[in-house]
Amino acid sequence: MKLTQLLAALALTVAALPSLAEEVVVYSARNEQLIKPLFDVYTRDTGVQIKFITDKEGPLMARLKAEGKNTPADMLLTVDAGNLWQASEEGLLRPIQSKTLQANVPAHLRDPDNEWFGLSVRARTMVYNTSKVKPADLSTYEDLAHPKWKGRLCLRTSKKVYNQSLVAMMITEYGEGKTEDMVRGWVGNLATSPFPDDTKAMEAVAAGQCDVTLVNTYYFGRLMEKSPTLPLAIFWPNQNLKNKASGVHVNISGAGVTRHAKNPAGAQKLIEWLSSDKAQNLFADVNLEYPVNPKVAPDKTVAAWGSFKQNLINVKEAGSLQTKAVKLMDRAGYK
Amino acid sequence: MSDHTAVLAKTPSAGVFVLPDTRPRFSGWMLFALAIAALVLVPVVVTFSSFAQVEGDILAHLTEFVLPELVGNTLWLMLGVGLGVSVLGVSLAWLTAMCEFPGRRLFDWALLLPLALPAYVTAFVAIGLLDFTGPLQTWLRESWAITGLPEIRSRGGVILVMSLALYPYVYLIARNAFATQGAIALEAAQSLGLSRTQGFFRVALPMARPWIAAGLMLALMETLADFGTMAIFNYDTFTTAIYKAWYSLFSLAAAAQLASILILFVLVAVVFEQRSRTQMRYSTVGRSAASRRIKLSPALAALAFLYAGTVLAVAFLIPVTQLAVWTRDVIAADLDARYWAFAWHSVLLAGMGALMVVMVALLLAYAGRQRPGAAMMWTQRLATIGYAFPGAVLAVGLFIPVAALDNWLIDTGRAWFGFDGTEVLKGTLLVMLLAYLVRFLAVGFGPIDSGLHRITRNVDEAARNLGTGAAGLLTRVHLPMLRASLLSAAALAFVDIMKEMPITLMTRPFGWDTLAVRVFEMTSEGEWERAALPSLAIVIAGIIPIILLTWRGAHSHG
Amino acid sequence: MAELILDSVSQSYANRQIIADLSFTLPEAAIGCLLGPSGCGKTTALRCISGFEPIQTGEIRIGGEVVSRPGWMLAAEKRRVGMVFQDYALFPHLRVADNVGFGLRGETKAARQARIAELLELVGLAGHTHQFPHQLSGGQQQRVALARALAPRPRLILMDEPFSNLDVELRERLSIEVRDILKREATTALIVTHDQHEAFSLADWVGVMHEGRIQQWDTPYNLYHEPVNRFVADFVGQGALVTGEVINDHQVEIELGVLNGHIPVECDASGCDECVRSCHVDVLLRPDDIIHDDDSLLLAEVENKAFRGAEFLYTLKLPSGQRALSLVPSHHNHAIGEKIGIKLAVDHVVAFRRE
Repeated sequence: MKLTQLLAALALTVAALPSLAEEVVVYSARNEQLIKPLFDVYTRDTGVQIKFITDKEGPLMARLKAEGKNTPADMLLTVDAGNLWQASEEGLLRPIQSKTLQANVPAHLRDPDNEWFGLSVRARTMVYNTSKVKPADLSTYEDLAHPKWKGRLCLRTSKKVYNQSLVAMMITEYGEGKTEDMVRGWVGNLATSPFPDDTKAMEAVAAGQCDVTLVNTYYFGRLMEKSPTLPLAIFWPNQNLKNKASGVHVNISGAGVTRHAKNPAGAQKLIEWLSSDKAQNLFADVNLEYPVNPKVAPDKTVAAWGSFKQNLINVKEAGSLQTKAVKLMDRAGYK
Repeated sequence: MSDHTAVLAKTPSAGVFVLPDTRPRFSGWMLFALAIAALVLVPVVVTFSSFAQVEGDILAHLTEFVLPELVGNTLWLMLGVGLGVSVLGVSLAWLTAMCEFPGRRLFDWALLLPLALPAYVTAFVAIGLLDFTGPLQTWLRESWAITGLPEIRSRGGVILVMSLALYPYVYLIARNAFATQGAIALEAAQSLGLSRTQGFFRVALPMARPWIAAGLMLALMETLADFGTMAIFNYDTFTTAIYKAWYSLFSLAAAAQLASILILFVLVAVVFEQRSRTQMRYSTVGRSAASRRIKLSPALAALAFLYAGTVLAVAFLIPVTQLAVWTRDVIAADLDARYWAFAWHSVLLAGMGALMVVMVALLLAYAGRQRPGAAMMWTQRLATIGYAFPGAVLAVGLFIPVAALDNWLIDTGRAWFGFDGTEVLKGTLLVMLLAYLVRFLAVGFGPIDSGLHRITRNVDEAARNLGTGAAGLLTRVHLPMLRASLLSAAALAFVDIMKEMPITLMTRPFGWDTLAVRVFEMTSEGEWERAALPSLAIVIAGIIPIILLTWRGAHSHG
Repeated sequence: MAELILDSVSQSYANRQIIADLSFTLPEAAIGCLLGPSGCGKTTALRCISGFEPIQTGEIRIGGEVVSRPGWMLAAEKRRVGMVFQDYALFPHLRVADNVGFGLRGETKAARQARIAELLELVGLAGHTHQFPHQLSGGQQQRVALARALAPRPRLILMDEPFSNLDVELRERLSIEVRDILKREATTALIVTHDQHEAFSLADWVGVMHEGRIQQWDTPYNLYHEPVNRFVADFVGQGALVTGEVINDHQVEIELGVLNGHIPVECDASGCDECVRSCHVDVLLRPDDIIHDDDSLLLAEVENKAFRGAEFLYTLKLPSGQRALSLVPSHHNHAIGEKIGIKLAVDHVVAFRRE
C-alpha cells in the first residue's frame, strides 16, 4: 500500500500542474490548419485557452472510450455526421440545451437529441467535363447508373466516408434494394478503378478519361484555384424532382461536448461561438465549405457556384445507415 | 544445473568463484527477453481479446465479400514485393559491394536514400506521373495518340512502388554480407571451376541467404502493415480491411479480429525466416573485398551505372524533386516559426526512440547470446513482431491498457490526495517511446543480432582469458565491434520513427506535433502539395543518419 | 609461470563422455602438447583448463591452486591463463598494439607501452604497431595472437590448433619460432594439435589422446620409440605391424629373423602378464628398422614408393604377403615390382600381444 501511495503521489505531483486561465480541451479530426486560426481568434476575444490534439476519428473515439471518465477532452470536433452519430452511439457525448445552437443550426444538420451540431456544410455533388457533357444531360445521382454513362463515370473509393454517407442517405430515400441496384449501375459505368481522392477523380474527368464524377465542392474549389483553365464545372443534381426529400446530398463537420467533459460549459460556449456569424465565415471559408448558419453568406468563390436545394433528411441517417451502406457497396463490388 | 547452484551456495568464497557463462547461472537474461516480449504482446493480447465480443454479422459479411479477395491480394503482394525487393536489393548490393563501375562509391550510399522517403510519397508521385492524367500519358496521348499503356493503379503498380521503397532493407544487409564474405565465396567458387555467374548463384547467394532473409523479413513486415500506399492505390489488403472495419463499419472488434489473422500470417513468415536464420551461425569476418572488386567491362559498367542510376532516380530523385517543386509553391505561405518546433519534436522523438530501440535491441540480442536455445529464439521473435502490426491498431492496443492504468492511478489519486487531473502516464513521452519500441524493435534487432552473430565465441573467450569480466567484455569488445551494426540499427529506427504517423498521432502529448503529424494533417484533406514541405523536411532529417551510416562504412575496420 | 596438473578429470556433455579420467602433469616452463585425431576430446580438455567448461570429476591445479573441481570453477578471467585460438580471435576494432595491450590493466601507461613493445619485438612485428588485424597476413595475425596472450604474463598459455590455418611451410617455420618465444618467456604452455610434426617440434611433453583418454603422456622420443599401445604406435609416426612368435623373454621371431631385446606386452585390467614362450605377438617395425642392403639374401618386393627428397619410403611386400615400410637413401631408385634385398636394424623391440 505504501508503495502504491508513494507512486501515485509522485505521478500526481508531476501531472497535476495547475492551469491558471480557463481552458477547453478539444479532440479534433478536423485538421490543425482549419481550426487553429479560429481558436486563436477565440482565445484573443475571450481569454479562454484552447488545447487540442488532432487525429483520425477512429483513434480519437477509441481514445475517448479508453479514457472513460478521466478523459481530458471537453469537446469532440469531427468531419462527417457518421462519425458524430457513432460517437453519440458509443456514449461519448452529452446532450446540451442551447437556444443559440437551435437557432443557428438547421434541424437536419444537428442531432435530434442535441448531442452534436453541424458547424459547416459540405455538399457532395457532380463535376463534369464541360467539353464533353452538356448540363442538360445530367440530372440525378440515380441517373449516373443508366447505361448511357457506360465507361464515362469516375468515382472515388468507397472506403471514403463521404461516399459511404452518400449511399447511406440514399438508402433512407430509396430503400436498400433500389440503392444497391443503383450502386451496381455506377460500378458498371466506371471508366477506371476508383480513385483515392476527389481531386484525382476530377483530374481524370478533365483529362477526358471519363466525363463525370461525384465530389465535395471544396475539392473542386481548390483544384480550380490552382488550375482555373480546366474544363470542369459543377452540376447540382436532384433539383427538379417531386420527391420532397430530394436535393443535393450534404454532410457536415460538427462538434459535441464529451460526456465526461471537465469544462462542459466552456465547450458549449465554444461550439455556440463557432456557429455564430462571426466564426461561421472563418470556419467554412478557410476550407471553401458552406456555413451551417443560414444567416451567414458563403465565401464569394463558393457562392459563384450557384445556390442549390439541400436534401433535408437528417444527416444522422448517414451514421445510422453507414454500416449498411458499406456492406451494400461491398456486395455491389464498389471498391 | 541445480546441483551447481547447490554447491555454489555452500562454497564460502562464492564471490570469487563463479560458474561460467556457458551454464545457466541466473535467468535474468531470459526474464528480460520475456519482459520485452510481454510488452510487445500487450497490444497483441488486447487485439486477440476482441474475440470475446465477436461481431458475427460484420465478420460474416467480411468473410463473404471481402476476405477472399484480400487474402489473395495480400499473398500476391507478399510474393511480388518479396521478389521485387530481393532482386533489386541483392543485385544492387552485389554491384556496389563486389564490382567496380563508374559512380559506385556514390551509389554505395545513395541507394540507401529511399529509406528516408515514406512509401506513400513514392506512391503518390508515381501515380501522379504515370496515371492517365499524368504528364507521360498525356504527352503520349496528345502528341502521338498512343493509349493503352499498362495501368499504374494496379497490382503490378503497388508491387513496383513498394519494391522501390523497401529494397534498401535487403540492400543494406546483403551489401554487408557480400562485403565481408562475397570475395571469399567467389574465389572459392572460381577455384572449383565455376564461372563468376555460377559462383554468384551457387555460392555467394546461398551464403548470403540468411542475411537477405533478414532484410526481406523487414520489408515484408512493413508491407503487411502499410496503409498509406495501399490507400493511394486503393489496393485492398488485410491492413486496409482492418481500417475499414474500424473506421467504416465502426467495429474495432472486427478490426482486431482481422488483425489477429494478420498476426498468424506474420508468424508463418517468421517460421520461414527462422529456418534460414539458423544457418546464420558464427561466421567469421573475412577480409575486405575492396582490393578484389570485379572490374566490369565498359559495356557492363555502363549497364550497371544505368541500372543503379535508374533505381535511384525512380525510387528517390524523382519523388524528391517533385516534393521540392511542390514545396517551392507553398513554402512562402506555410513555412513559419512553428516548423522549427515540428522539426525539433520529430528529431528529438526519433532520436530518443532510436536510442531506446537500440538499447533494448542490444540487450535482447545479447540475451540470445548468453542464453541460446529454442525458447530464447521464440521469445526474441515475439518481441520483434510489432513491426508487422498496422500502426493504428498497435497504438490503440497500447493505449487501452495505459488508459486503464491511468484511470486506476487517477481514481486512487483522487480518493487519497484530491487529485483532479486527467492524465498521469498517457500524455507523457514515456508511453510514446514505449509504443515506438514495440513497433520498431525489429528494425533495431535485425542488424544488431546479425552483427553479434559475426563475433565469434573465441573473441569472447580471448577477452575473458585476458582478464576481462562480463561488463568489460561488453564495453571493450562487443560495443566497439558492433559499432557499425548499432549505427545501422539506430539509423533505421530513426528514419522509421520520423516517418511514423498513427502512434505519434495517438500518443503524443498536447503540443507535441511533429513533421509526420503535419504530413497527416495535409494529406488527410488531400492537400498533397502542402504536405510536400513537411515530407521534404522528413527526408532531409532522415538523410543525415543515412550519411552517418555510410560514413562509418568508409571508416570501418571490420 | 606455473606447473599444470590434471588429476582424473572427466567431463561429459548431454550424457556423452567427452573426456575421461584425464591425468597428467606439465612441469613449470615446459611445453606440453595434446595430440590426437579430431573428436578425441583434446579441445574440450583445453577449454576445461581455460575455465570455459566445468568438470565432473577430479581437479585441475595451476601452480598448486585448484582452479576447477566438480561443482565450481575459477572464472576464466581470474585464472591468468592465456589462450591462442585457432582463428586467432583478434579484436578487429583494435590496432595491433591495442590488441597486445588488451590484457594489460592496472599498469602504468609507460609499463604497458614497454611490455607491448617488448612483445612485438619478440614476435618480430615491431613495425606493425598501428596496423589493424585485417591488414596482416595469417602468420602475422598468429604472432599477434601469441603476443596478446603472453602480454599479461599468464601462468599458463594454451594454444588451440595454432597453426592449422597456415600453409605447411609457414607452419613449420612458425612452430620453431613459437617454441623459441615460449622458451624465452619461460612460459608453461599446452598446445592442442592433430599434427604430430607440430607436436614433436614444439613440445617437451606430448599426450596422445583417443576417445577422451590420454593413451600415453611422454616425451616425443619415447612416444615414437616406445608406444604403449597399438593406437599410439599407429597414430605416432609410420610403421607396420608384422606377426611374431615369442621365443623367450628377450627374443621374438618374425619372418625376417629373430629380434633380441626386452619383450614388453600390452597390459589389461588384470595386470601385465609376461608373454610366455610361443605366444603370438605383433611387432612394430618403423621404416628405419628395415634397411636396404643389395647384398642381403632377404628379398622383398617393392609394392609402392614415395619420393621424399633425400629418401624413398618404400612399401614392401614380404614373402609371406605382410607389408612393411623402409626408408632408403634416394640414390637407391628401384622400380615397383622389383625385389630388393633388406635387413633388420632393430634397436629395441615393440610388440603387442595378439588379441
